[in-house]
Amino acid sequence: MLTLVGEDRPGIVAGVTQALFDGGCNLGETSMMRLGGVFTIMMMTQHDGTTQSLKNIVQPVAKRLCLRFHVDNIEGRLHDHVEPEVRISVFGADRAGIVAQATGALADAGFNILHLESDVAGSEDKPIYIMQIEGVAQKGVEAVRKALETVAKEGIETSIEPIDTLIG
Amino acid sequence: MAVLEILTYPDERLKLTSDPVERFDQRLLSFIRDMEDTMRAGPGSVGIAASQVGRNIRVVIVDVSGKPDIKNHGKLTLVNPEIIQWDGLAVGREGCLSVPDYTGNVIRAEKIVVKAQDETGGQCEYEMEGFEARAAQHEIDHLDGLLFLDRLVSRRNDLFRRKVYKRSKHVNPGESNQEG
Ligand SMILES: [Zn+2]
Repeated sequence: MLTLVGEDRPGIVAGVTQALFDGGCNLGETSMMRLGGVFTIMMMTQHDGTTQSLKNIVQPVAKRLCLRFHVDNIEGRLHDHVEPEVRISVFGADRAGIVAQATGALADAGFNILHLESDVAGSEDKPIYIMQIEGVAQKGVEAVRKALETVAKEGIETSIEPIDTLIG
Repeated sequence: MAVLEILTYPDERLKLTSDPVERFDQRLLSFIRDMEDTMRAGPGSVGIAASQVGRNIRVVIVDVSGKPDIKNHGKLTLVNPEIIQWDGLAVGREGCLSVPDYTGNVIRAEKIVVKAQDETGGQCEYEMEGFEARAAQHEIDHLDGLLFLDRLVSRRNDLFRRKVYKRSKHVNPGESNQEG
């Protein structure tokens, strides 16, 4: 797993992926996005050498684009997708602890998070926190619904809807 | 019973526009039976288009009756289908027999009216909503060489989009990102 972060500027994705391609690497699932002013990349990277030889491939481009990077040796597999069953939205006036509170309740209810994205919106003096979560309800949707109700009492609004994936 | 081979992306034949059916004969009926067998053999599929099995004719089957608690018309064979009315927009998750191992979010009309012929050529019209409307739109897209991959939207903006979309009508799915 190759992780890179650095101040956002045009050409980061192109530069990094070209260097990996030139170095004979193969990409699998990736997540790349701008968070704050920082561009973040996490990539499943297939590389036939050592951790050090991958670092040597990334080093020059990371330096040129002012990125910090990190390599974790993992045994990741492609075609290992787990389908989310439930989509949850959590939002409310921004304050410390919303994520911990909501995800703690979800964890207790047997909810396994597959994907979480959160953002701060609203205005500077009235920020709102918005979180969207997708995952699998291992102890059933009812348990998750109950857990969210306890969270909702504390000034956070929540909604839960099943994800009914259409195959056609 | 014959289960046909399903073409998978990037097979170029999935991108062809299919031709209208003009002859309603025994061959068509038997092909439609094979299409249904193929759909039933797939994992939890609620629809299939002729182009997915390599025949470029405008025939789809939609059957969402196996899903609990949703409005549906049972098994529908739609020949030369045409969507004549759209209303509302909703985000939902889709996958496809022709795109194994991937699902993504797609915006579709919430309600549609479909005009079509049945397998013997009789005219029919259906008002559909929700999951069934989504299935019909997915399958009819196949007849025009479109996959759900052509209409993917990001998860990130869902919440806002859904709110905006409820207010706006007659926007082509996937083309709109206006502020409310
Ligand atoms: Zn399909």
